[in-house]
Amino acid sequence: MTQSATQPATQPMTREQHLDLYYYMQLNRQLEERMVRLFRQNKIVGGLYSSLGQEAVSVGTCYALEKRDWIAPMIRNIGALLVKGVPPRDIFTQHMAKFTSPTLGKDGTSHFGDLKVRHIVSPISMLGDLIPVMTGVAMAGRYLGQNIVALTWIGDGGSSTGAFHEGLGLAASQRAAFVLIIENNQWAYSTPVSRQVPIQNLADRGAAYGIASAIVDGNDVVAVYQAAKEAVNECRAGRGPRIIEVKTMRMRGHAQHDPAEYVPKEMFDYWKARDPITLYEKYLSENKIWDAAAKSEIDARIERELDVEQKFAEDSPLPPPELAEEGVYCDGCHKIEADWKRAKADLMPPKSSIDPTWRLKDLPAYTQAAITGGNGAKTSSQTPVPAATAAPASHPAMQKSVPAPAPERIQPQPGPQAAHAAPGTEVVTEEPAVPRVPFGRGPKDKAFRQSPENPQNKPAYTRAPKEKSFSRNPQEKSFSKGPRNKPFGKNAQGKPFTKNPQDKQGRR
Amino acid sequence: MSHTAPSASSKVVPASGPITMVDAIRQAMFEEMERDPAVVAIGEDIGVYGGAFKVTDGLLAKFGRERVIETPIAETAIIGAACGMSFLGLRPVAEMQFIDFIACCFNQVTNFVAKSHYLWGAPVPMVIRGPSGGGVHGGPFHSANPEMYFVHTPGLKVIYPSTPSDAKGLLKSAIRDNNPVLFFEHKYLYRRLKEEMPPGDYTVPIGKAIVRRAGRDLTIVSYAAMAHIAMEAAVLLAKEGIEAEVIDLRTLLPLDKDTILTSVKKTNKLLVVHEDTRTGGIAGEIAALVFEGAFEDLDGPVARVTALDTPVPYAPPLEERFLPNTEKVVAAARELAKY
Ligand SMILES: Cc1ncc(C[n+]2csc(CCOP(=O)(O)OP(=O)(O)O)c2C)c(N)n1
Ligand SMILES: [Mg+2]
Repeated sequence: MTQSATQPATQPMTREQHLDLYYYMQLNRQLEERMVRLFRQNKIVGGLYSSLGQEAVSVGTCYALEKRDWIAPMIRNIGALLVKGVPPRDIFTQHMAKFTSPTLGKDGTSHFGDLKVRHIVSPISMLGDLIPVMTGVAMAGRYLGQNIVALTWIGDGGSSTGAFHEGLGLAASQRAAFVLIIENNQWAYSTPVSRQVPIQNLADRGAAYGIASAIVDGNDVVAVYQAAKEAVNECRAGRGPRIIEVKTMRMRGHAQHDPAEYVPKEMFDYWKARDPITLYEKYLSENKIWDAAAKSEIDARIERELDVEQKFAEDSPLPPPELAEEGVYCDGCHKIEADWKRAKADLMPPKSSIDPTWRLKDLPAYTQAAITGGNGAKTSSQTPVPAATAAPASHPAMQKSVPAPAPERIQPQPGPQAAHAAPGTEVVTEEPAVPRVPFGRGPKDKAFRQSPENPQNKPAYTRAPKEKSFSRNPQEKSFSKGPRNKPFGKNAQGKPFTKNPQDKQGRR
Repeated sequence: MSHTAPSASSKVVPASGPITMVDAIRQAMFEEMERDPAVVAIGEDIGVYGGAFKVTDGLLAKFGRERVIETPIAETAIIGAACGMSFLGLRPVAEMQFIDFIACCFNQVTNFVAKSHYLWGAPVPMVIRGPSGGGVHGGPFHSANPEMYFVHTPGLKVIYPSTPSDAKGLLKSAIRDNNPVLFFEHKYLYRRLKEEMPPGDYTVPIGKAIVRRAGRDLTIVSYAAMAHIAMEAAVLLAKEGIEAEVIDLRTLLPLDKDTILTSVKKTNKLLVVHEDTRTGGIAGEIAALVFEGAFEDLDGPVARVTALDTPVPYAPPLEERFLPNTEKVVAAARELAKY
């Protein structure tokens, strides 16, 4: 499954494409370096995350997409946003919480999207959640006949979340045109990969879901691009989803506040010598794709552009306070419309109608012959379970559970036959002979049982009906009378339950 | 987005003198782990790094990897595992790096942890703690006050302290409690105030509010960062001749009904202030409580000052608009006092 990144999966890249990759990587870096300076000047609101040293990942992967394709960036994927055509001012203004930012200051960092033009889904901070969401994007794209690919990134750390695993499971079972880039930058905040997972390659997780994967050097932008291109092509051809693990290094702390003292210096030194932009510059020169003039021309262009964009952001106002109250619901401000690229009739009866029965061919793993596999670990003497009672496609070990010893305080357990039953089989157990006793017992719980203390066999927790009616006492029918026998409200003057008339005017 | 930088942290909690809430919480962790080897800590980045806010700084060095368990980023697994450990008699203290991420393990908390004792007699003596609250421009995913999801979950206890000494005493009570306790730590308060700790192994009881200031004209009920806002407002109101009684709830579940009702029966007016959003916030619950228990003592409508019914916005002017503040509380109290 793992494919060597060096063999070009696609057509040779043009000079223009090569220079594009450089432009975006350098733009990404210069933009972020400017933001570090802004952060030091207290012009960034909240935290600032760096993708220094990871530019090849964001740029190389996103560059493999077409305009119609969808992405969802993580915080370290500024480069991907740039490739998608997001102007640097959007990144500056987002980080500075300006009114001119895509979210008008309601959120920061890369937390913004664009459904209509650039096809970007905004991330949330909760790691992993984009994976099922982008799976859904891919599913809808296929449904609508758009032939799009959805791509997102996840950190090594984020690959431990439940959403990651649930999302991949669904993507695989749906054969979604979904590419997941696992951005292994060696660290999740202060935790090294080895402390998160006991496997060397995060891409190997794909195998568990039946998803083909590749591993590439994340600091080699051409390799990243080619691997991504191949994965995107496969997905577009209906052979998704795909996983690519890119190995790279987070060259700063988790965010600006974190000096990353926990990272051994040797590790930084090793990766510093493998800076993706320096490596790529060398590659471009050695392959005579550019010369010094071409480089300085691009660098100058980046400076010029960023000067303008940064100034725009710095000169922009903060949002007006009232904006905080707006926009929780769509009350007609948006039009919900799908971009249909196929006949709607395909999705309506009679064309959409099927025979909803499982056939044997849908159940390939139901025979005894399927009781094989695993990755080598042996379980002790297995008695194969007759196919008739075995749950289809379940692991043999599952069939062999030993009935647990009856727990001390627990109601009668289902017998051993229940433990062997296939999922979904209903097990009927005899009613327990003893009365059910709830837990959390204390003196009061006795009342639950029928006992001499409770001769009427009435559960003591139902109260005897009150003799009294809803109103407090018969004479005082009026809802507003209190025990003090004065109008509702106890001001000395016996004022009614309102403020002085004149107060009313000044109200709100 | 992130919190403000935790400055170079002292691994050692000062032995005496006033300390911050972060230090007070850390002190509680140290003391409880020293007292009882059944107490273990579990969470993300809580070991070598000492936690995103340095609350667990120094724990790993002192108690080792068996007791300070660093996990992958997997909140469901953290809470599930802590629950499982508690079934064997341990008392895990699980950290959410930001309390916002508790949303990721909502099911474990509300269905497994909260219901075990009621349904099958299995107590779950664990604590879930983490930084919460806004006011530091953390944005919509690092500023939440999700306490009411859990106040609405029978089986849990919910604590939200406002001072270092309460934080310490209540965390100790939480760790010793036989029930699952959610312990919210307002990050705005982490380093902004200092307080001398009472001597010795003291605890603060769960379920007891405290009257922070006595007054006769109206009762202001609040908790966490807003308890300080309420106190500031009370000082300003006193200058206008309005004497507010300020109650700091400290525990939201179980709610200290007696303290609230006693106060309202005295002042006859109630203002509830919370940083949580308005609809479904605890003010509604307290209002109902007062209608049930002190209806005829009320001289005016129950008033509330709360955050807006929106996500927590990021830009400072928006967040300011979103959050309650002293002026808003003073204005509401002034209106209420007119009845
Ligand atoms: C569900 C969830 N839990 C915890 C966090 C807090 N958190 C933010 S980033 C981070 C580390 C992420 O590491 P990784 O996924 O490797 O991404 P990287 O920062 O290295 O790009 C953590 C723990 C979070 N954002 N979401
Ligand atoms: Mg990482």
